[in-house]
Amino acid sequence: MIQFNSMHVFYLLEAAKWTIALSLIAFIGGAMLGLALALARVSRFKILRLAAMGYIQVIQGTPLLIVLFLSYFGLSIVGYRLDSLVAAGLSLSLFSGAFLGEIWRGCIEAVPRPQWEASDCLGLNRLQQYVYVILPQAMRIAIPPTVGFMVEVVKNTSLASIIGFVELARAGQIVNNATFQPFLVFALVGVIYFAICYPLTVASRRLEKRFHVAR
Amino acid sequence: MSPDRAVQPLVRVSEVVKLFGAVKVLDGVSFTVGRGQMVAVIGRSGAGKTTLLRCISGLETIQGGEIEVCGHRVGLSGRHSRKRLHRDVGIVFQSYNLFPHLTVERNITLALMLVQKKPRREAHDIAAGVLRLVGLGDRLNAYPEQLSGGQQQRVAIARSLALSPQVMLFDEVTSALDPELTAEVLKVMEDLAERGMTMLLVTHEMEFARRVADLVLFMHEGKVWESGPIGEVFADPRTSELRQFIASAL
Repeated sequence: MIQFNSMHVFYLLEAAKWTIALSLIAFIGGAMLGLALALARVSRFKILRLAAMGYIQVIQGTPLLIVLFLSYFGLSIVGYRLDSLVAAGLSLSLFSGAFLGEIWRGCIEAVPRPQWEASDCLGLNRLQQYVYVILPQAMRIAIPPTVGFMVEVVKNTSLASIIGFVELARAGQIVNNATFQPFLVFALVGVIYFAICYPLTVASRRLEKRFHVAR
Repeated sequence: MSPDRAVQPLVRVSEVVKLFGAVKVLDGVSFTVGRGQMVAVIGRSGAGKTTLLRCISGLETIQGGEIEVCGHRVGLSGRHSRKRLHRDVGIVFQSYNLFPHLTVERNITLALMLVQKKPRREAHDIAAGVLRLVGLGDRLNAYPEQLSGGQQQRVAIARSLALSPQVMLFDEVTSALDPELTAEVLKVMEDLAERGMTMLLVTHEMEFARRVADLVLFMHEGKVWESGPIGEVFADPRTSELRQFIASAL
């Protein structure tokens, strides 16, 4: 058994970088997919609404773990061997996209109906209504639930350890196996997760305050 | 013989029927509004006044009859006719419906720049001009939530006015305001009437209607129950419904 030392702390911090990287991939991929899904959900075209709804229901009804298995092990069997980072990034993006799509749809629908009517009466077309009137207001409504979900995604990146990706949770396991100091190691891992998530909630509160006057 | 342009109606509503499901909200409504006229629509809640205005502004489709506003056919489904309609018709809502995330100036310049394609400078000048007209020349940079209800409603009027419509529709624009704020909004509307704006307004302000409107339409159960020059209709109501309404409203 090795004594827990600064090298281990350093190792955990290295791994935390991967947690952050994976979270960023999931946010960016998920946000792009989520926006597309949200707009499809409120589209005038039934086929788009149905397709988006189908996707969202399938993903929301499937454990993230299964999506990870499918993209890592499943795809490798049919010939697409993805790197574990790519497979994890893809799975988390698909997963966050579905949830963000549904959250943002709610935010778009939460913008009062008369805002559509007022902008319609001023002659704005549908695209202009979205860009200048509806989405800016929906974004302000969306900040708290979106940040809440982002925090959830950061924590969900730990599932990527299952497909052999060494991120913070997996690194903690490795360090604990070497040092057998579970309380110390996992408490430290928890603190690092907190240090990643806490700034997000603070930033969210700041943003909400700043937007308040222009709500 | 072609009709004289001066008396040619800007708004022509004939035999309009509007259904909400099985409920007939408008039941064969007909009237006209001539250029420069101010027509007040009065009646109890649920008489169909607001629905009538919404049909005329193209926000609702109609199930029968015809509406023509400044030469545009209105009330049919499809956006095409509505898009052009909005160049000529301005509407002001009871709940103001300003864009809360934009400054007063941007609320007004948005459509000027996006729809009328005016350059920023010109749009700014127009916004400043219409805001002076409603007595808010110094509030260009305020956000709606920093204004009182009366001020917000005046901004909404200015926003509509900026697009230089030929007809303006007012839907109970003072109903959400206390008497003091109501007065400042009515003052703006009176100024507009004096400048010759064609106006159709749904209102509960009987005194105001009596003083300013040329014609009055009393609506009851989805029909125009009585109409005529304001003095005559108020002085000598023919139906008991209108008599009761006037008695309770004044």
